[in-house]
Amino acid sequence: MLTALALLVGLLAALGVAALPLARFPSGARTVHGAVAVAGLGLVAGGIGGLLNGPAVMELPFGPPWGPARLALDPLSSWFLLPLGLSVACAGLYAFGGVHGRVAPRELVPWPLFIAGMALTLLAADGFTLLLGFEAMSLASWALVAHDHARAENREAARIYLGFAGYGGLALVLAFGVLAGGAGDVAFAVLREAPPEGLRALAVMLLVLAGAGSKAGLAPLHVWLPLAHPAAPSHVSAVMSGAMTKVALYVLARFLFDLMGPAQPIWMGAPLIALGAASAVIGALRANLEEDSKVLLACSTIENVGLIAIGMGLAVAFRGADLPALAALAAGAALLHTLNHAVFKTLLFLAAGEVLHGALSRQLDRLGGLIHRMPWTAWAALTGAMAAAALPPLSGFASEWLLLQALLAAWRIGDIAFQMGAAAVTALAALAAALAAAAMVRFWGLVFLGRPRTPRAAGAEESGGAVRWALAVPAGLCVVLGLVPGLLLDLAEPALRVMVGTSAPRAGWDAIGAAEGGARYWPLAVALLLAAAVGLAVWVVRRRAPAGVMRGPAWDCGFIAAPPHFPFGDPAAQPSAAGFGQPLRRMLGQGLLSARERVTMPAPGATSPAVLDSGFRDPALAFLEGALPRWRDAAAARAERLRDLSIRQCLGLAFGAVVLMLALLAWMGAR
Amino acid sequence: MRFGQLTYDLSHLLGGAVLLLSFVLLYQRRIGTVINAFAMQGMVLAAAAAWAAHAQGVPGLYLTALLAFGVKGLLIPFALHRLVRELNLHRTVETALGVGLSMTAGVALVGLCILVTLPATQDARLLSRESLAFAMSVVLLGMLMMITRRNAISQVIGLLSLENGLILAAIGVTGMPLVVELSTAALVLMLALVAGVFAFQIRERFDTLDTGSLEEHRGERR
Repeated sequence: MLTALALLVGLLAALGVAALPLARFPSGARTVHGAVAVAGLGLVAGGIGGLLNGPAVMELPFGPPWGPARLALDPLSSWFLLPLGLSVACAGLYAFGGVHGRVAPRELVPWPLFIAGMALTLLAADGFTLLLGFEAMSLASWALVAHDHARAENREAARIYLGFAGYGGLALVLAFGVLAGGAGDVAFAVLREAPPEGLRALAVMLLVLAGAGSKAGLAPLHVWLPLAHPAAPSHVSAVMSGAMTKVALYVLARFLFDLMGPAQPIWMGAPLIALGAASAVIGALRANLEEDSKVLLACSTIENVGLIAIGMGLAVAFRGADLPALAALAAGAALLHTLNHAVFKTLLFLAAGEVLHGALSRQLDRLGGLIHRMPWTAWAALTGAMAAAALPPLSGFASEWLLLQALLAAWRIGDIAFQMGAAAVTALAALAAALAAAAMVRFWGLVFLGRPRTPRAAGAEESGGAVRWALAVPAGLCVVLGLVPGLLLDLAEPALRVMVGTSAPRAGWDAIGAAEGGARYWPLAVALLLAAAVGLAVWVVRRRAPAGVMRGPAWDCGFIAAPPHFPFGDPAAQPSAAGFGQPLRRMLGQGLLSARERVTMPAPGATSPAVLDSGFRDPALAFLEGALPRWRDAAAARAERLRDLSIRQCLGLAFGAVVLMLALLAWMGAR
Repeated sequence: MRFGQLTYDLSHLLGGAVLLLSFVLLYQRRIGTVINAFAMQGMVLAAAAAWAAHAQGVPGLYLTALLAFGVKGLLIPFALHRLVRELNLHRTVETALGVGLSMTAGVALVGLCILVTLPATQDARLLSRESLAFAMSVVLLGMLMMITRRNAISQVIGLLSLENGLILAAIGVTGMPLVVELSTAALVLMLALVAGVFAFQIRERFDTLDTGSLEEHRGERR
């Protein structure tokens, strides 16, 4: 199985090279995208095989100068192959159906390389190979983010993304360095022999948090995510959001649960839990305020990555407190949510891409009423949005429910400070889940319901064929994965054994539960109850409705009829994206996102309109940069002054330098 | 070689004289005197080179002495005098730094050179050590002169006197090949030529030799 996967990685890399000549042919892009979709299925098969068959190790005949490159397929990497494979398969299928004619090589070549880099990161069994894959993933995705470099905001997004990627890679290099110590061997088998303790463990933990966390989008290193994801092509942003953040979380899990050994104290989980809670709240809140569909979805990714990080941090803490069953519960929640989020976020990004393709806009204020023109996309997006909003019986609910169960059990750890923190994090996680639901209502409602806000939205066209399947398959998966979480936890059992040494509490194939005798969730029963309730309501409404239903014009809230140049009604008579987000912006935005709102009234007697200026700004980037830009500007202004020196002053500089060196020499001679 | 030996005393006397003339260059206010002092420095340098040739038994250094005497003692000062006369330049030199202050700075520089050179060359022969300190002081004083003068001609003279310091260092060291001397002398001639052309250009365009007037025309000032 491992050999086949290694060959698959090699073939993907070769496909990236072959894409260069293939891009000349009209059918070349379709070939590449089709091959990528098949490769995604191969990755899923490899993941399932790895989970069922047990670990395998392999040494490649080539590698860095000091030894062979090592690959391994253990249950943890096998599990993370599933979200990667599913996301890539759906995105590849979508791109296969959506592409017509030639595609520029700069958009085509990095795409298979990006996937090969992610797969190589998951399969790596030494630090060098892991970093190789991680950096290949970063650079290839950077090239894809920068593909539309004619626009200034895309260039800036690519620049910031590259900065964060470089920083993350550097932090990971340092993490491996600190972990390996003086010996310098970075093979995982060697690293496991000597787990770090005390300050060294803390240093490794912080470096990994900085390196992998910046890639995963943990606050406050999430700044690049809402910038870079919209800049990439839709299928790429789906994989970046669905799979790339998961690969970063895999690196985090590999360090925390495997390489650093099982004997880590409770507080090792605390930074992860705190950062996860912050990311969840900030991401969910921003998702409620953003007015661009892809930016909104990227912010929702930050929220979900935060939830997964909370699960991982809890698992570390429970393991440190010697509560293996609870550790398995938290780790199971994290793994399950990894898979579920990959599926529904891929679906949502692909739906947003299809809307962009059909209605030519990502701005929520330019869409609306698309359910009539794009029914497949609308219903698929509704499934994904409901899963993202954690509605039962869809997939998002099962994993978030498990996570909340784990959080509610956090009082079992004796430390009072940890208990207080866990209580606060529980509240924050619940807040984030509620905010995410509100964000999904806003997203789906503004895009697909109401009346079209622009003529282009009124004339939107839906693609057929492969694109339809690329949306239907993950939508179906959202339902299926939500109905059988017990089976998935059984499948994840080997991975849980690697992470925390025990399996999750079992409650049968059709249910999941917190512990023996604890709370239970039967998704099938819940689904049946919900179906019965909805069916009953529909039946009652149908039965009580009068015969002969008539369609009338939409009520315009008592305003006068729209002027003739607004054939689809006055857009101002519908809720706008900013208006929908206003209550939350006023409630939570001022503290967290420095939201502002100012009314400028005209002078008495003036005929100009009053202006309402409102908006928000994520303070994270300014916080990360600190005083650096100011210092850079000051230094640049000073350096600029040097160009203005007269000849005598230039000579004086050289003379002063010579005299200074001589004085230094004299001083050193005297000592 | 020790104190009291003729070789030692005379070469130190000549080196010291070159250094003294550097100080003379530093405080002169009239351009004619500056050129004369520079000519004097060139001649003393020629004498020092000749004495070094005699003392070290290297006949090649006589050629150096001859070149120094001819070019620095006669040719360049003559050219510069002619330049001043033909262009009818101001005969006074505007200094950027007061005379007292520049003299103090010069003394401090000499002190610094001695502090640096003497400990650094403990293993070397006695003759090399002190003459190296003199030479370095002359170099630094030439630089100081270039900085403290606003007038282009006195800046050129500062550069030439700096070069005198380099030659003084070269003749103090035994075994210095003549090739270097010749090329250095040729270089100085070229420099004088370039400086002359440069001065003519300034004169033609701006009617003054104050290099400050160049700055307005660099196009970089904000």
